Amino acid sequence: MRRVLLWLPLALFAALFGLVALGLFKPADRTVRSAMVDKPLPEFALPAMLPTKPGVARTSFGGGKPRLINVFASWCVPCIAEAPELMKLKAAGVPIDGVAINDTPEAIQKFLDRNGDPYERIGNDKASQVQIALGSSGVPETFLIDGRGRIVRQYVSNLQSDQVDDILKTWRGMR
Amino acid sequence: MIAEGGLAALWLAAVMAVLQLVVASSAVIGGRAEMARAVRPVAIAQGLLTALAMLCLILVFVQSDMSVLLVAENSHSLKPMMYKIAGAWGNHEGSMLLWVTILGLAGGAVAIFERRLDSRTLNATIGAQALIAMGFYAFLLFASNPFARLFPSPPDGNGLNPLLQDPGLAFHPPTLYVGYVGISVAFSFAVGALVTRDVGPAFARAMRPWVLGAWIFLTIGITAGSYWAYYELGWGGWWFWDPVENASLMPWLAATALLHSVSVLATRDGLRAWTIMLAVVAFSMSMIGTFLVRSGILTSVHAFAVDPKRGAFLLALLAIYIGGALALFAARIGTVRQGNTFALVSREGALVVNNLLLSVILGIVLIGTLYPLAAAGWGVQLSVGKPFFDKTVGPVALALVVFIAIGPLLRWRRDEIQALLKRMTWPVAASCAALIVLVPFAWGVGFLPLAALVLAAGLAVASVAPLWGRNLRRTPLFTWGMVVAHLGVAVSLTGMASDSAFTKETLAVLRQGETRAVGPYLVTMTGIRPVVGPNWSAIAADLSIRRGEGGAPFILSPESRFFASPTTTTSESAIATRLDGQLYTVLGQPDGKGGWQVRLWWKPFVTLIWLGGGLIGLGGALSFLGRIRRRKRAVYDEYEEAVA
Repeated sequence: MRRVLLWLPLALFAALFGLVALGLFKPADRTVRSAMVDKPLPEFALPAMLPTKPGVARTSFGGGKPRLINVFASWCVPCIAEAPELMKLKAAGVPIDGVAINDTPEAIQKFLDRNGDPYERIGNDKASQVQIALGSSGVPETFLIDGRGRIVRQYVSNLQSDQVDDILKTWRGMR
Repeated sequence: MIAEGGLAALWLAAVMAVLQLVVASSAVIGGRAEMARAVRPVAIAQGLLTALAMLCLILVFVQSDMSVLLVAENSHSLKPMMYKIAGAWGNHEGSMLLWVTILGLAGGAVAIFERRLDSRTLNATIGAQALIAMGFYAFLLFASNPFARLFPSPPDGNGLNPLLQDPGLAFHPPTLYVGYVGISVAFSFAVGALVTRDVGPAFARAMRPWVLGAWIFLTIGITAGSYWAYYELGWGGWWFWDPVENASLMPWLAATALLHSVSVLATRDGLRAWTIMLAVVAFSMSMIGTFLVRSGILTSVHAFAVDPKRGAFLLALLAIYIGGALALFAARIGTVRQGNTFALVSREGALVVNNLLLSVILGIVLIGTLYPLAAAGWGVQLSVGKPFFDKTVGPVALALVVFIAIGPLLRWRRDEIQALLKRMTWPVAASCAALIVLVPFAWGVGFLPLAALVLAAGLAVASVAPLWGRNLRRTPLFTWGMVVAHLGVAVSLTGMASDSAFTKETLAVLRQGETRAVGPYLVTMTGIRPVVGPNWSAIAADLSIRRGEGGAPFILSPESRFFASPTTTTSESAIATRLDGQLYTVLGQPDGKGGWQVRLWWKPFVTLIWLGGGLIGLGGALSFLGRIRRRKRAVYDEYEEAVA
């Protein structure tokens, strides 16, 4: 009896281990339930960042087609990490508009040359006004806007591949 | 180049750890004497190499070398120098490197200073230390390389979480880590003793200073962390039962129990298996704490990077070390000779009860911390907070206080209830007096705070009782240590109970010239002004404060700070400390009509919480010095005997 009891701590630890391992490998839900989700996009109109692409405005959204808004900057390291995921979405046909925060055309052009260009339009948000209106607090952040111009999803920080899958699924469902 | 140098030092240290394990195990298992001679130098080399790697990391932060990914992500060239240095461990990779550095240095320190332990057990201990280090080197080198380069390098860094730009950051995590990881030595001692089956008073006396040293750092780290959270978060609370706080509390609880049971083993040769078990549990709690914090598995106010892959790596290490040690315990402890037994009413008996109560608290905290995880397993999102912990931990902690008071008044081996009751006369009288004084104006504050105040009074008297009738100059330093530490518990408890019983809180919207009362103070808003700092700007409120109508006015200026990189707002509370408590002020939002939200607390005797924590740490330090001194004398006596 005493001998069996000596193994009890190990058994308890094994149970703890199982619990923690389960929690760890359960896919984490990292969607941010922001106050802006399920709300219509606020009114805004940003001038073009580059001469080659138009700017971004509230009127570009709605009209039956779901789109992504990606808030980014050339000076942001996670944005570099995120670039391949955005290129994947572009390749799948998802239209993406960029909102560049506190940036210059030269820096943005260099950033796109180096990391690929997934954007149809890029707005110049010099003073972070649109960023704040969207309820975004950092770069990068990505918003999925449905065909009626409502914010459906908000992803904080660089997109992960499971989030890309989530975007594709939702986007295809809305089309 | 410095980054590459650091990485090379880290690799070399890892190689040394492997070598250390090989040398130590061939000395213990193969009985090779020439190998035994190499154990100490290798362990010391390992410690020095990790320290070199840590130094390199601090250097690249000091130089703001933005081509190092970690620096670019966590530092900024405009940051004040102190925070650049502290930034080296204010992130995942850096803090793990600090962890390993302390582990390596602790192993090196054992190799240098430990001269009394049986050499086989010592070699097994150093081998166990190497085994732990190897896992964490692998974690650093394969999953968390702090020296990774970034190409192309950005013009400047991402800054650092502004909450962490505080002198507390420079001091709090390293202190806590020394405690966390110092406990690893106790774990390695336990494993070493299990390997050689050498569990006895000599082993306990060798292990005790290491446990005590780590425990002192844990105590100071937790106390400082609590004060830091109190003034930095601006929420007016000093303990939030947040998972990260619990992660530091759990090893402390286990180490406190271990500290007392190791005394029984050293003095009376009792509690052999239990002491070994506690040594394993204490470091297990350190590792589980590190895991909970670093894997991001639990949601916490301490926003750390979340990475499930790293979590899996750490979890695997946990399984190997804790599982391995527990299996070794189960297989070996039955063959360790039974220690001495004792009567129920005795110093040992009280220490056993104290150990059990500490273990119960540890169990509650562990369950409360992990319960949200278990609930998530069947799809329920919940958080376990202050109400649960206060209700469950509170009563057990109060029972523990009674036994802290009783324990030192009992004799070793066997004592009489009547004799104990006689010695308890004055403590009980103090409690009764406290009750009579408090009842008229504190009856409505609730049972727990009132009981805590009453018991604290008794404990304060009981804790100094061991000094009565003694020649104070000839009283050993470790007895002083015990007295001071137990008195610290009474002091801290008084602060906690007073804070929860008598705090006055007001949320006011104040325009210029308006006044609001909180506790004995009158607070008048005299103005709002902008402030510019090195990498932030702020709005500060000037509050003119008087104690009563006739009091001399003084100014407190709480701030709301805006950081540009990354964009964050923080509240800087402004606190006035008086002998009988603290006035705590926080500036909130403007109401758009010329008024500003101001949150005011009057917290009577709240500072006693940290003063008590400091006393507990000081008691530990006195005790440590006392033990070291006696040990030196004992070594000298042995030498004299050998010569004679």
